[in-house]
Amino acid sequence: MDPLHEHLINKNRRHFLQKMGLGIGGLALGSLLDPMGLNQGQTAADLLQTGPVPLPHFAPKAKRIIYLFQSGGPSQLDLFDYKPKLNEMRGQDLPESIRKGQRLTGMTSGQENFPLTGSVFNFKQYGESRAWISELMPYTAKIADELCFVKSMHTEAINHDPAITFFQTGSQQSGRPSFGSWMSYGLGSLNDNLPAFIVMLSRGSGRPNGQPLYSRLWGNGFLSSLHQGVQFRAGKDPVLYLKNPDGISRKERRQMLDYLAAMNEEQEKLFGDPEVANRIAQYEMAYRMQTSVTDVMNIEEEPDHVFQMYGPEALTPGTFAANCILARRLIEKDVRFIQLYHMGWDQHDNLPTQIAKQAKDVDQASAALIMDLKQRGLLEDTLVVWGGEFGRTNYSQGTLTDTNYGRDHHPRSFTIFMAGGGIKPGFTYGETDEFGYNVVKDPMHVHDLQATILNQFGVDHTKLNYKYQGRRFRLTDVAGNVIHSILS
Amino acid sequence: MQEFSRKYFRFGIYLLAPIVLVWTYKYLTGGPKSELISSTDSISITQAIPETINYNFDVKPILSDNCYTCHGPDADARQANLRLDTKAGAFGYAKNLSKKPIIEPENPKGSALVFHINSTDPKTQMPPPDSNLSLSEREKQILEKWIAQGATWEGHWAYQIPKKAPLPTTEFSDWAQNEIDFFIASKIQANGLNPSPLAEKEIILRRLAFDLTGLPPSLALMDRFLQDESDQAYERMVDHLMAQPQFGERMASVWLDVARYADTHGYQDDLERVMWPWRDWVINAFNKNLPYDEFITWQLAGDLLEEPTLEQIIATGYNRNHKITQEGGVIDEEYRVEYVADRAITTSKALMGITVECARCHDHKYDTVSQKEFFSLYSFFNNVDEKGRIEYGETPAPFVTIDKNIAKEELSFLHLPDSIPKVELMVMEEVADLRKTYTLSRGQYDAPEEEVQPGTPSSILPFDKKYAQNRLGLAKWFFDEKNPLTSRVVVNRFWQQFFGRGLVATPEDFGNQGARPSHPELLDWLAVTFRTEDQWNNKAFIKRLVLSATYRQSSKQVDEVNKKDPTNTLLAHYPRQKLPAEMIRDNALVTSGLLNSTIGGPSVKPHQPEGLWEETTSGQGLTQYQPDGGSNRFRRSLYTFWKRTVPPPNMITFDAPTRDFCTVERQKTSTPLQSLVLLNDPQFYNAAKAIAKKIDTEPGLQTKSEKILKLFRTITLRRPTSEEKKLLNKYFDALLSNSAVSTENPLVDMALLIYNLDETTQKS
Repeated sequence: MDPLHEHLINKNRRHFLQKMGLGIGGLALGSLLDPMGLNQGQTAADLLQTGPVPLPHFAPKAKRIIYLFQSGGPSQLDLFDYKPKLNEMRGQDLPESIRKGQRLTGMTSGQENFPLTGSVFNFKQYGESRAWISELMPYTAKIADELCFVKSMHTEAINHDPAITFFQTGSQQSGRPSFGSWMSYGLGSLNDNLPAFIVMLSRGSGRPNGQPLYSRLWGNGFLSSLHQGVQFRAGKDPVLYLKNPDGISRKERRQMLDYLAAMNEEQEKLFGDPEVANRIAQYEMAYRMQTSVTDVMNIEEEPDHVFQMYGPEALTPGTFAANCILARRLIEKDVRFIQLYHMGWDQHDNLPTQIAKQAKDVDQASAALIMDLKQRGLLEDTLVVWGGEFGRTNYSQGTLTDTNYGRDHHPRSFTIFMAGGGIKPGFTYGETDEFGYNVVKDPMHVHDLQATILNQFGVDHTKLNYKYQGRRFRLTDVAGNVIHSILS
Repeated sequence: MQEFSRKYFRFGIYLLAPIVLVWTYKYLTGGPKSELISSTDSISITQAIPETINYNFDVKPILSDNCYTCHGPDADARQANLRLDTKAGAFGYAKNLSKKPIIEPENPKGSALVFHINSTDPKTQMPPPDSNLSLSEREKQILEKWIAQGATWEGHWAYQIPKKAPLPTTEFSDWAQNEIDFFIASKIQANGLNPSPLAEKEIILRRLAFDLTGLPPSLALMDRFLQDESDQAYERMVDHLMAQPQFGERMASVWLDVARYADTHGYQDDLERVMWPWRDWVINAFNKNLPYDEFITWQLAGDLLEEPTLEQIIATGYNRNHKITQEGGVIDEEYRVEYVADRAITTSKALMGITVECARCHDHKYDTVSQKEFFSLYSFFNNVDEKGRIEYGETPAPFVTIDKNIAKEELSFLHLPDSIPKVELMVMEEVADLRKTYTLSRGQYDAPEEEVQPGTPSSILPFDKKYAQNRLGLAKWFFDEKNPLTSRVVVNRFWQQFFGRGLVATPEDFGNQGARPSHPELLDWLAVTFRTEDQWNNKAFIKRLVLSATYRQSSKQVDEVNKKDPTNTLLAHYPRQKLPAEMIRDNALVTSGLLNSTIGGPSVKPHQPEGLWEETTSGQGLTQYQPDGGSNRFRRSLYTFWKRTVPPPNMITFDAPTRDFCTVERQKTSTPLQSLVLLNDPQFYNAAKAIAKKIDTEPGLQTKSEKILKLFRTITLRRPTSEEKKLLNKYFDALLSNSAVSTENPLVDMALLIYNLDETTQKS
């Protein structure tokens, strides 16, 4: 940069912010965490950025997203992808003409046979869109006409760690930035006192000790750690280290920060370091977060009918339902990317018992969230995505009995659904064969989904990139197509 | 225009005309946000088009970044049968193009390259519009001028054997303390700037102590230094600090990032592993000043040395620090291949300064590393009798068992606590029947293609037949005097450790896409000196760095320098830097008197917020975080238990890497989450309470002013200015009169304030 202009910018930035009535730290540019848009240092990789073309690349349909990640791999065959043929052929072996050499996990590759099993749950068609939904999801069924089902999702990984990493980062190997980090990096924050990328976790009752999660799933990878997902947690310290130490009141803290700022201004004089101003601003934002986060987490102030809508579990902090209410509150505060992880969808055995509990955890609250957004006029520019990292097999893992079966991981086809954010409501995209095994029409790869979501935010996925170790990386790696037929 | 505006996104503003600034508030417009851009060419000194265009420094970066993807080393991706990374290609003819040669020296108009870069016809324009790449006017001019000047071609700078250039002359020779300074000063001078005077004693000793030991100096040491008025005072401090055992801890904490050290296996249920004896070996190796060539040779091939000692075998744990999975469904071979690839990738990044992972699936797009060469390198690490998937509770073979007796007899640095009678440590060991290695199509474990032999990228240095075709041969190759990278890469990393940024700003990439060295002659001088004069002696080399005036100068910034050289590439002042995560916490522990300075042993679990392990676990493995009691809570941060899938949150918040893979440079950010840690983490609050109590009860400190002074000095190691004194006294009084202050002792609040002071978390 031309040094004269650099200097002018430095000099004018503060003046500008003050003139705009924002004050120092009133501006959340790259994300929450860079209030002056001037982060110090940076890695050498940052210094080499030539940067993408201006964002957004075109007019966005969506401004915010809630991704309800169903961790473990929900069984599409027991929830959405109705395959009566499997009930007819119950107990018969999966034909090789269908399996076509599909790799199996180490958990069933040793099985002598692969007995097909349909769902024990009843399916019906709902709404004008006549979407097939099982009895496990009665609330979701009621809002079928709001939803866009993708029955032809497919992925490349067959085990949890690589598959979930693939969904979140576009690569099976860890180290790449997560989806929310890319969004924070590319689009920045819409508000000035909450993070751009917030994550909440809940444990399913279907299989409480199922699959673990890893904090790298919301990590920033090689992007600046300004873009890492910030975990919001139930309890008295909703963001790590948010609460003042016991015995330090807010007034006392304010006093400390005032003197700290005064002392730090002396530092700026002593060391002539222009970054000091930035760090003073960080303290102000931290102070504001103490209020803004506490306020937004206080769901007790929600009226009773809201809790009725989301279901009784919403009264218990840390549940999926409570997190859904929080997600809606965060959307109202213009948080860019909210990701919920609900664990426990890994039904290798005892699927009928487990999945019934698991579905009950999420059905009412997911549907309530979508309708709540709608009635508040927020669904239009908020995208909601519901789904896991892969599907489950059409054959039973372990012994198939009259009432019991399990299902192994299945990457070749599974179902997710979306709502709002410019996605076609009351629509079903893609089809699997009558065995529910292979996609036979309109496949959607994980990279296609990522490309399509970015598209809704006005982002050309091929142009949102970051140069690291000499290579330009992007969320969709070297692939991905926007699936235009699901756009409204 | 586009090029212009790009550079301003970082500030969230556009520059619409050279003089008139039109501010656009991106939050209101929904336009691009900050952070997208920052650029090395923000430096005025690199803005002008040079008199003489240099191929390596000016031309190749443009060709590599914009052209090599389709016209570079990757044969499969090559278009028009044209490659621009070789002289023959660049001076030849492309298929189906005009009759002009691509480049005709001294004749830009007659060069097809010039036609294509200036074309506006999408059919002939290069780079093509759909590549999302474009050349700036400046870049086009550089290419044309280079051709006009005769298009002199050179090999890649980093692959030439480094040679010592004569010391440059400079009018600042009085300022210089050793050779390093001549290189730095001459460039400062050439740009019309002045180097900075030596930093004040209070500042330099704190800087030096953090750099050499990871801890601030004690107040007693500071006073000793302040009173020592001899010319040798500073050098004495250097020698004193380098002789402390904390030197090894400091050096190790950098190497642990490189070697991706952790206390868990990293995938899925992320089970515990025992690698801390290897970590303790690293600390000891630095403390006993094991020369760098041996340090690396032992780690790469200690087991293959003649009659290796147990210590040499333990060193090979370096190559077992990669992640290992226990996930039920995986295929054994799939993950075994991952581990072997990880070793090849880590070794390349750490020791060669090149990133080879892309060559796992296809020929490298930018550097001349073919897929075959990747697997030749991979083959060195492919002979371990190991499993891809391990069982719960299993120590992955091969491993050595260390019990109390062995530790006592052969490993004096290793302190097995009484509660642990023996440990099993993963190490390297060759299988009896060596595996054949094949290239793997798309890098997939189940798609072997062509058999390969152990080897190294020939563009760097071909693997000489005189070397054994095993890891020991590879280690010898690294220290072959013709190897152009080994020494450059390590001196650059040392430089980065002491100056915040390497002379090559991309320590992981010395290849075509990496940064050019800011001071190429100095880099080579250092590389040759470390190899020849210093004979790979770490301490001798580091002493050179810290004795230089470049290191010892003040960090105070002045407007003129900030304007001309905003990224401080010229080092006209010492670059002020944020302390790494470990130092920020250790500083609070040691200044408050809480630190337990025990060296080595099993990793410890200090306080962390409740529930973090519990809420993500599957119920297997490490399900609950049970903080240690007693003084283990106050050990140095490099001993904090590292669970890869849920790393210590306060460390991660301060930019520590996840340790999932080799990291040679940390980010340096400043975020509100960091402020929250410093303000509210009980570890800092407890430190504030401890130091307040210590000072309050110290006999001899009577008055308020005395106590405040001692508090301020203990943490910052300097005396406050009169303005600061005023503020501190005012704050003290305000605390006493603030009814909201519940604490009985205002010194606690004051201490917490000083722990949050900008300077406290900076190396000034």
